[in-house]
Amino acid sequence: MVGQLLLPARTSTDLVVLGDEAVALGAIHAGVSVAYGYPGTPATEIIEYLLRYAELVGGSHVSWSANEKTAFEQALGASMAGRRALVTMKHVGLNVAADPFMNSALVSIDGGLVLAVADDPGMHSSQNEQDSRFYADFARVVCLEPANQTEAYEMTREAFDISERFHIPVMVRLATRLAHSRSAVRTGEMRDPNQETVEPDPSKWVLLPTYARRQWRSLQQAQAAIKAYTEKSDHNTLYLSETSRELGVITTGIARNYYLDNKNDLDIEPSHLHIGAYPVPMEKIRALMGHVRSLLVLEEGYPFVERQVRGVGQTIVAVSGKETGAIRPDGELTPDVVRNALGLPSSSGMRAPALSLPMRPPRLCQGCPHADAYSAIRSVLDQYENHLVTSDIGCYTLGILPPYSVGQSCVCMGASIGMAKGAVDTGKENVIAVIGDSTFLHSGTTALMDCVNENTNMTVVILDNEVVAMTGTQPTVLPSSRLRDLVLGIGVAEEHCVVVEAHPKNLKEMASTLRQEVDHLGLSVVISVRECIEAARKRKKQ
Amino acid sequence: MKYDIIVSGVGGQGVLSIAAIIAASALRQGLRVKQSEEHGMAQRGGAVIAHLRLADEPVFSSLIPRGRADMVLSLEPLESLRYVPQLHPEGMLLTASEPTVNIPDYPDLGDVLNAVQSLPHSHLVDAHELARAAGSARAVNMVMVGAASTFVPVGAEAIEAHILERYASKSEKVLRSNLKAFRAGRDAIGRHATV
Repeated sequence: MVGQLLLPARTSTDLVVLGDEAVALGAIHAGVSVAYGYPGTPATEIIEYLLRYAELVGGSHVSWSANEKTAFEQALGASMAGRRALVTMKHVGLNVAADPFMNSALVSIDGGLVLAVADDPGMHSSQNEQDSRFYADFARVVCLEPANQTEAYEMTREAFDISERFHIPVMVRLATRLAHSRSAVRTGEMRDPNQETVEPDPSKWVLLPTYARRQWRSLQQAQAAIKAYTEKSDHNTLYLSETSRELGVITTGIARNYYLDNKNDLDIEPSHLHIGAYPVPMEKIRALMGHVRSLLVLEEGYPFVERQVRGVGQTIVAVSGKETGAIRPDGELTPDVVRNALGLPSSSGMRAPALSLPMRPPRLCQGCPHADAYSAIRSVLDQYENHLVTSDIGCYTLGILPPYSVGQSCVCMGASIGMAKGAVDTGKENVIAVIGDSTFLHSGTTALMDCVNENTNMTVVILDNEVVAMTGTQPTVLPSSRLRDLVLGIGVAEEHCVVVEAHPKNLKEMASTLRQEVDHLGLSVVISVRECIEAARKRKKQ
Repeated sequence: MKYDIIVSGVGGQGVLSIAAIIAASALRQGLRVKQSEEHGMAQRGGAVIAHLRLADEPVFSSLIPRGRADMVLSLEPLESLRYVPQLHPEGMLLTASEPTVNIPDYPDLGDVLNAVQSLPHSHLVDAHELARAAGSARAVNMVMVGAASTFVPVGAEAIEAHILERYASKSEKVLRSNLKAFRAGRDAIGRHATV
């Protein structure tokens, strides 16, 4: 998002990039042919970098998709055609893409297929802290977890090779503090895209039970080789201390950074196993546990490794981590969280002045079209004693805050429409679902079909600002002008599909239209249109 | 040598560009750099922070530990105070003095500025006025880079060289006003420091 594109040369060079951009560079140098994704913090900048690269240099097909599932399926198709494919998303996006992801582990991957997924521990811009490593384990595939920009670059390159070697998709797992931090990367030589085009073998790509059983068995049989690979991998490094047999520390991904910055303040030299490649290297863990009396597990996300090393009834080595309360189970790791877990006190720092500082939460921009839509919705809601408004994922979630206070739920992409219908089905009246244009295209259309089917008595308000605003004004998959046709095509009655312009001068008209549609006993869709103010600003700058 | 800076402000003010300018200049001088940013929801008019770590030895974490920052560099006075506990006891706080009042419970500005001045090492910079005088009201962040340049271990020459490169594709006027804003910020602290 920030800064100009630093073009990777064909030969090795130093570049300062975001963790996300390092992944993009790794994919370019690995010879990627296609890349797909859906915008989502903190993963967005991977595709943004690749898009700028494709625009300047060409050579690969890069595009935003309607959602993470369609993105994954397109990458899978490219892999079937023998080409290397990258697909990117944020952690919750993998829930949407879980179906193709889980099943892609059973086909025999041809062109390397790499999934770069960015987790958001600390929920900087997300609704949960789910840990994607569980998905890799669930699918029984390899996961690489970089600790810095250089590893993000190298592991992405390597992920393509592993994918082609084991014929499985490979996950590269990032966390916010790597995705959105900058540092120098030394890049390697660029290699050309995979030229081979193969005729897919149906017995390896058609998951009919007969074939699927054989594919599943072969994935099980591959586990031994996969484990042997991670056991020997340079990304899993074991250091056994010669001076102390007291403490062992396991770090994964960026937790190593916080450990290394604090290690020199310890009186003893702990033994240390760093894990950057999964499945976990059990032999190395055994060697570590045989060497120490206590073990501290430092990992970003859930206690994924901690659970695997903690045997039931384990008494010889005391394991501590998130499950024991040595580290708080929620929120992200920080240098201080790790410091305290190592038994070191934090610096007290400068004393804050005795002035109470009010919070400054994010808010809708000055002149945002959503603000006008919310003002209109608010004035209509005030006319009813009972009402319910479900909201959705995007900038407009901020309308839940005063002065608008519109929206009583925000759960996952597209949930506003389905949840509104469920509430109506139990007898709720004056129900409004508020959803952004891109969120509607991502996951709202199928729920709207359910509403059309039963002519559910509710009003869907599509806030159409013509872009994916929250993640940096990416284009939506369909232009604004086609939104009404889509809604009509799904079967919403023409007289109850109304387009209004979101503008302060239109508030009265917007409110009366809304009031009319809320009073209509059946399904209505109101599309409130005006370009995102930030997108307009950017457009004028160009 | 290690120098840790917390850059703070309100979404849209240019916190990330300040961090990027100092980081790029430090690299030009051969220092190692780690920079942590916030994207997405945090950028919508809320409190924004970037961590910038400069060193001539390996630095691993992209986040600055509590009580270890050498400088808080802020585009907004209330936001500067939020990160005082991140400073080590001898740390320096530099902030633009003009408030961004986009919350209903913004404290009395006099109290905010007094709190800034009560710190052992702090400077209020009238960055908005200096930027306007330099010919671009949008160069507030460049004034603050200039103010910080008196203290950070990056030479003014390296920063000016970066500014020349950064605005090379823009008009002569934009380039000049940014250089002027940088020097005005630097002079503002120079005057304070000698008094």
